[in-house]
Amino acid sequence: MLARYVLRRLIYMVPTLLAISIVSFAIVQLPPGDFLDTYIATLEAEGGDIAHEEVEALRQRYALDDPIFVQYWRWVSGIVFRGDFGWSFQYQRPVADILWDRVGLTFVISLASMVLVYIVAFPIGVYSAIRKYSLGDYVFTFLGFLGLAIPNFMLALVLMYFALTVFGQSVGGLFSPEYADAPWTWGKFWNLLAHLWIPVVIIGTASTAGLIRVMRANLLDELNKPYVETARAKGVAEGTLLLRYPVRLALNPFISQVGWELPALVSGAAITSIVLNLPTTGPVLLIALKSQDMYLAGSFIMILSVLTVIGTLVSDLLLAWLDPRIRYG
Amino acid sequence: MTLTHHTPDDADTPGQAEQTPAVSRADVASQWQLMWWRFKRHRLAMISAIIVLLIYLVAVFAEFLAPAPPGQTSTRHTYAPPQGINLFVADAEGGWRFLPHVNGYQVEIDPVAIRRTFVVDPDAVIPIGLFVRSEPYLLMGFIPMERRLIGPVDPGDPFYLLGADRLGRDMLSRIIHGARVSMSIGLVGVAVSLLLGVLLGGLSGYYGGRIDDIIQRVIEFLKAIPTIPLWMGLAAAIPRDWAPLTVYFVITVLISLIGWTSLAREVRGRFLSMKTEDFVAAARLDGAGELRIIMRHMAPSFISHIIATLTLAIPAMILAETALSFLGIGLRPPVVSWGVLLQEAQNVRSVSTAPWLLIPGLAVVVSVLSLNFLGDGLRDAADPYAH
Repeated sequence: MLARYVLRRLIYMVPTLLAISIVSFAIVQLPPGDFLDTYIATLEAEGGDIAHEEVEALRQRYALDDPIFVQYWRWVSGIVFRGDFGWSFQYQRPVADILWDRVGLTFVISLASMVLVYIVAFPIGVYSAIRKYSLGDYVFTFLGFLGLAIPNFMLALVLMYFALTVFGQSVGGLFSPEYADAPWTWGKFWNLLAHLWIPVVIIGTASTAGLIRVMRANLLDELNKPYVETARAKGVAEGTLLLRYPVRLALNPFISQVGWELPALVSGAAITSIVLNLPTTGPVLLIALKSQDMYLAGSFIMILSVLTVIGTLVSDLLLAWLDPRIRYG
Repeated sequence: MTLTHHTPDDADTPGQAEQTPAVSRADVASQWQLMWWRFKRHRLAMISAIIVLLIYLVAVFAEFLAPAPPGQTSTRHTYAPPQGINLFVADAEGGWRFLPHVNGYQVEIDPVAIRRTFVVDPDAVIPIGLFVRSEPYLLMGFIPMERRLIGPVDPGDPFYLLGADRLGRDMLSRIIHGARVSMSIGLVGVAVSLLLGVLLGGLSGYYGGRIDDIIQRVIEFLKAIPTIPLWMGLAAAIPRDWAPLTVYFVITVLISLIGWTSLAREVRGRFLSMKTEDFVAAARLDGAGELRIIMRHMAPSFISHIIATLTLAIPAMILAETALSFLGIGLRPPVVSWGVLLQEAQNVRSVSTAPWLLIPGLAVVVSVLSLNFLGDGLRDAADPYAH
């Protein structure tokens, strides 16, 4: 049963992935002109001159005169069969070189935020359900919504401002200068952790409120059910009762939110990274989009979306495996 | 039904109450009345509703409420800090005289940073007043007026309650005018989402089968992609030479193209659960047409849920516009929106020079927060029969 469900979900993935690749490619093709026009304009603005033959050679090399679907196929088949994402004219390097480190860090930040959000939202959700309409419920709800209402980038700016004026230090980046270009060591890892908490907290604030509400609403539904009454009548201690039955049942819809939270957190990571200038996808994507670095921007949008969809799938499968009541129909 | 005594509460219609003493107020109230009662119990939502209303009023009467036109620059007051309002001035005899005023600025050149710093000059008294005369303008674009709510009595004097930006423009006036674009983006976007959501969600839930499958796949696809990178890609494709109004509509449509999904799910769920209800079957057996069943029998019971979902969608759209404009790929000057204003606070250096550049963000937070609470209250009230 489970195997068939997994297979069906995997088959569903195919059109989704295809759609993502088409959308990503289309987005970067939308602006008038192509990246060579931008490239030539940049070169000329810098006083450089580019020979007509050279332009033609580049045009040939990137097959810019071919029909759009031929270009698309060339790009996609390169990725699927050779892991070749194309060439970034801005960095003058293959896109794949720039891509993986940054995508990796984006997901490290997003997943760390996810862990934080769940750790914070779980106890608060349980508390606001059992102490419904208490002062604590109101305070936490208000704080949660406040986190939702403050745009990520603004929170980042405010934190940076206070760090600068009160503590006299800058909080941007993910590494101290001495580690920025160093190879991975334990020292670099600890350095990453020391910097990581700031973006993680900023990104997490936006999602906590939603999860608190989900946990609270589901637990409230469960608390009124007859089996709770039965257990209480049998003399089960209140704390044990709570954790053993209603909380366990309310946990499933709470966990199933992972699939919706991941895209939101990846989004949040993109914009927060731009303000904090983190070496993740956000800043490069913005620059690539503004300068029409076609393959770079398209690859970023595609890989972020593909990994998010895969993450969602994994969380759904885990949930199906965890909860025997879910039907695979 | 329990027999209740005749209480003064029931005595709105004396003659009737006498004959039917068993009917309590809640039993005869209409659905909307029940919702209103329940909504009133949610204090935070009530307060939020008032705040939201006020913000929209500010947006409508922006020209009258703002002390200055949003684009009015002043080279002598770049990055002027906020002024405080004082109500009294000391007079010659050492007493106090009532005269609402703000203080002027003294400019000092910082020799190290080589830039001007402003110090409030306690001797420069600038009298201010309500309904002061100003240069003529058109309220809402068609009502000619010559007075503004608050301002300096002499129109030429500096008046910066929330400070000035890089070009010496009054932040307060710009925030007030920004409310127009920022708050209306939510409304227009929600209107587009409503159209898409009700149409596609309704089709999906009412017909089911293959149509439902396809629409659900599309929704899942849209929900699974991280929105900001996608919006960034789409917004960056807008040509830079398009007219501001066109850009405004394109951005709004982009935001709602992704925002309609939750509404469609809500509508679909309602249709699915209601299609098998007895009253729908009864209407169908009576020979009512599809459209009549939907509009007359089904819509009244889910319309309140849709209003709640819509209200909750507005703040997300406001945040999206703010984020895109902040990144410089959304709305662009000369359009004034809160996101555009926050562009000025792009990095920590400008924020530390002029922290008041972040005040538009406060406007965003207040409106998003109150719209969220309002939506929360509406959602609770949407189903007045649930306990």
